[in-house]
Amino acid sequence: MTSYLDDNRGIMSWLATRDHKRIAIMFLIATAGALLLGGVFALVLRIELLVPGKLFLSAMDYNRMFTHHGVVMVFLFMVPVIPTVFGNFFLPIMLGAPDLAFPRLNLASFYVYVTGAIIVIAAMWFGGLDTGWTFYAPYSTTSPTAVATGTFGVFVVGVSSILTGVNFIATVHTMRARDMGWTKLPLFVWSIYATAIIQVIATPVLGLSLLLVAVDHAWALGIFDPAMGGDPVLFQHLFWFYSHPAVYIMILPAMGVVSEVVCTFSHNPPASYRAIAISSLGIAFVGFLTWGHHMFVAGMSTFDVGAFGFLSMFTAIFSAIKVFTWTSTLRHGAVRVTTPMLYFFGFMFLFVFGGMTGVALATSSLDIHWHDTYFVVAHFHFIMVGGTLTMYLAALHYWFPKMFGRMYPRRWSIVAATAVVLGFIFTFTPQFLLGNAGMPRRYWSYPPEYQWLHILSTAGASILAMGLALNLAYLVWAVFRGPRAERNPWGSRSYEWLAPTPPPPHNFDEPLVIRRGPYDYHLPE
Amino acid sequence: MNGWLHRILMLPPQASSLARHLDYLHYAVILTTMAGAAGVGTLVLYYTVRYRAGTGRGGERGPDPRPLRTTGGKSVFVELGAFGGLFALFVVFWIIGFTQYVRVAEPPPDALTIYVVAKQWMWEFAYPDGSGSNGTLYVPAGRPIQLVMTSRDVIHSFYVPAFRNKRDVIPGRSTTLWFEADQPGRHRIECAEYCGTGHSTMRGEVIVLSAEDYARRLADRQPVRIAGPAPGNPPVVGEESPSPLLSLAAVGRSVAADAGCLRCHTVDGTPHIGPTWAGLYSATIPLQSGARVVADVEYLTKSMMDPAADLHLGFPNVMPSYQGLLTAPQIGAIVEYIRSLRDVSRHAGGQPLPAAVSPAAPIVTPLPGDPPSARPADDLLRRAPTGVPLYPPPSEPSSESSP
Amino acid sequence: MTAIEPGPAEARELVRAADIQFQDLDKQAQAVRFGIWVFLASELLLFAGLFALYTAYRTEYPAGFAEAIRHAELAIGTINTSLLIVSSFTAASALRAIRSGARRAALGWLGATLVLGIVFLALKGVEYSRHAAEGALPGVYYAFRELPGHGAQLFFTLYYFMTGLHVLHLAAAVLVLAWLTSRVSRRKTTAAYHADLEAGVLYWHLVDCIWIFLYPLFYLLT
Repeated sequence: MTSYLDDNRGIMSWLATRDHKRIAIMFLIATAGALLLGGVFALVLRIELLVPGKLFLSAMDYNRMFTHHGVVMVFLFMVPVIPTVFGNFFLPIMLGAPDLAFPRLNLASFYVYVTGAIIVIAAMWFGGLDTGWTFYAPYSTTSPTAVATGTFGVFVVGVSSILTGVNFIATVHTMRARDMGWTKLPLFVWSIYATAIIQVIATPVLGLSLLLVAVDHAWALGIFDPAMGGDPVLFQHLFWFYSHPAVYIMILPAMGVVSEVVCTFSHNPPASYRAIAISSLGIAFVGFLTWGHHMFVAGMSTFDVGAFGFLSMFTAIFSAIKVFTWTSTLRHGAVRVTTPMLYFFGFMFLFVFGGMTGVALATSSLDIHWHDTYFVVAHFHFIMVGGTLTMYLAALHYWFPKMFGRMYPRRWSIVAATAVVLGFIFTFTPQFLLGNAGMPRRYWSYPPEYQWLHILSTAGASILAMGLALNLAYLVWAVFRGPRAERNPWGSRSYEWLAPTPPPPHNFDEPLVIRRGPYDYHLPE
Repeated sequence: MNGWLHRILMLPPQASSLARHLDYLHYAVILTTMAGAAGVGTLVLYYTVRYRAGTGRGGERGPDPRPLRTTGGKSVFVELGAFGGLFALFVVFWIIGFTQYVRVAEPPPDALTIYVVAKQWMWEFAYPDGSGSNGTLYVPAGRPIQLVMTSRDVIHSFYVPAFRNKRDVIPGRSTTLWFEADQPGRHRIECAEYCGTGHSTMRGEVIVLSAEDYARRLADRQPVRIAGPAPGNPPVVGEESPSPLLSLAAVGRSVAADAGCLRCHTVDGTPHIGPTWAGLYSATIPLQSGARVVADVEYLTKSMMDPAADLHLGFPNVMPSYQGLLTAPQIGAIVEYIRSLRDVSRHAGGQPLPAAVSPAAPIVTPLPGDPPSARPADDLLRRAPTGVPLYPPPSEPSSESSP
Repeated sequence: MTAIEPGPAEARELVRAADIQFQDLDKQAQAVRFGIWVFLASELLLFAGLFALYTAYRTEYPAGFAEAIRHAELAIGTINTSLLIVSSFTAASALRAIRSGARRAALGWLGATLVLGIVFLALKGVEYSRHAAEGALPGVYYAFRELPGHGAQLFFTLYYFMTGLHVLHLAAAVLVLAWLTSRVSRRKTTAAYHADLEAGVLYWHLVDCIWIFLYPLFYLLT
């Protein structure tokens, strides 16, 4: 049977496809474009920050640039990337299903995403956005930039996220192959499932708060404007009620990738399947109760500060359970060091360090000093970039043979992985120190004594950028010219490797028969 | 240990009474973080080397000869112990951190109050003795200072790294922050909440003076400068012209008269349309909703902005909102005026006027029919800039809070 | 055991009728039903944020909100409420009719539902224009002399935003139901497979339910 790549030819066979794998590839290209765009914005920011005053950007342009960087990276890359690319591609295959439950809805959610992204980018091009990605009122409702268009674009992207979430939840519930119980799901499915729940519950609230900002900005409704009786802090509550769980939308799928990678390459079942699955749901649940920790200095009552600080500690415990489970999965295994494993090592260090600084930030008295400084910037980049971006690259390398039927050049991939992880550490470790020293975030000019740390950070960012550029170069080469891959090059027991490489349009030539669990390494493949 | 870690972590100087305590917790938490990351990293690398696959790369891996791993009874307890211990550690962080947070959040009762107004992109300070300054905050060392802050436009955040303290400054409401500087020195003020184009230049300086220097500075009588365009004649004296010092309370009285507050509110305890201001400040008053509330800065500010929200029991809901009609410094001045009346008896009329307001100018509740010249506030406004001191500061005991 | 049974002719027949990814029509109906419930939960949360906003501002301005509600168009609001309740009944009847194969009856019930929805929208338009004539407009355009003050101003801002969002939802529900009506008349939705109509009717009920909450908030709770 022909693979999904060769099944039909011509541009329309891609643009109008209902095959979840082709839609995943289209999402891969779109989100990679977003990563590239956001990355270029980041480099521009880092270069401007080489000097304390103006290098080549005015304060106004700098403010736009960091807003564009944040909006593109968070809403167009981090939130959608792993679910829409790898979730879309592998969820049905892992369930033994021919496709998602609603393939047309899946295609619709791609086009809704693209429409939203175009609106956002158009807002940036014509007028720009200078509010920061958090769109705090009343600045956002009075900003002279294209806030109404930009927030509306993000709202549209949110609609796409909800549609994807609905599709995934329905698929997991109704499309599992016969005999595939909940305890036989690959852990990646669990993490995508937990993510989809957050997407469906939290995204409408974000959509609503951004819609309020858009309407307020366009027609001066004053919902958050104190001059008309509104309360600007209320916006922060609404915004973070979504945007805190959104952090878990970004990290949970990455955690699912970690579970798959670590089991495959240690040739071992997870130390505790139940611990990983339950802690995914635990994070999804507790994530809804911690939003107040973004507002410790925003005039919340002291009681609220205490309560939100305490609840935030639970997230740390659930994450710690995962970290220890992954670590002990290596124990008594047969560990092979491959490119995805290099990213895994980077992830473990960065995620533990970044996560523990999260505990530090949830300690309310310390947060007073750190809030809105570079310490916070470094903390969330450790989680988002150190966690999600590394695992996005790991997933790309891990599933590349299955997705494209080809292998990538191993040596180059090792060089690139090393550059990404080390470049990342160089970029953001100085920013922790900047935050300690008291440098607020979103500063275009800064006191000169901070300059050497900024230079170090920019140097690190250029290494990181080279690593990413190298990744892009050899992966694009490998898609067309790489050597053919076998069906199961890593010797994994997970179900997606049972499908032909690359899979045919409806995934399995023969219906999938479940004879064993996805991590039963004591059984033959 | 303190000095060494302090330098490695690049923390700013510990210039407030609480900074050192916060830093100790900071060291503990950050060292735990580093140890945790290093520990997990080492363990991962150790397992990778110790349990590395014997064969080379490739996919020809047969069934695993080892038996399926099961979790024994013992390791469950080990795991529970590990996570319990970890959680206990986090809870200890939380307890210490929250205790400290409460100390940082609650100002001592004897704190000296300074009003702060933030606007794009500048800090303005108004002192209880009536003087004002822009960008630079003067405070005495060794004395708790409470800042009552509000914003004229968007959200800002008042941040002094050396004091380890920060608080958002929000339009339409007042927030407070307190600190006690250890010794004389100069420290940077930064705006920490993104507020637009000039955000990164919205910096200022705290100059901590010794008690003597501060007293001397008071004697030098910096002129009043309360920021913000006021409707009509601003009760503001230009910075450039040598002018008499008006106490903030006196300014507040003129604003109150101008805005018509005194038509309904008396200041000597006489019952009238609205609650009397005599002895109102920090009194516990009953609300129509049945609740009781302490009439503090926040309650008074809120009552000006939205009178109906927490209505004093027994008074009609007739007061209009002053949102947008009064500027933030005018509100601060009125609050300071009400505060200066706190020791006047509430229920007996005809009590002597409080010391804070000069006895030379008895308050006349201005009525709409009064000729303009009879209104002390107009009088004050007309005369003040010409250099005739209405309320000479040296003779003014001001409110109870000045040094 | 296999996930998809190939082979026997009748099984292939079933697969051809259902979308390719489903084993049979039952499975497909089950997925559609499940999916629409998840989507409805998501929609509810959209309004939950607005209810939270309403609660917060009502707590801040109890008097202003109560005063403003006394100026609401109670008659129109009550008529509209009864229209929607009846429309939920007609929508449910349409579903019951299609289950028993009564295509013509189903078309009748659906038509009635659509008419009720459109009358609701028209009455809502009358109500908006009456408020606008008084000057009770949202935000900076608020110019209602009788009720100065921030409470009433915010009340009307929220009133327009929340009922406006509801109107958009109802308009979408009318379009969806119109499309489903055409499917019933073209015999695409039948007694054998009517999960799509079920989903559409559920959506209609949701829009109705949201109104049941909006009605007291904006017309009754003085």
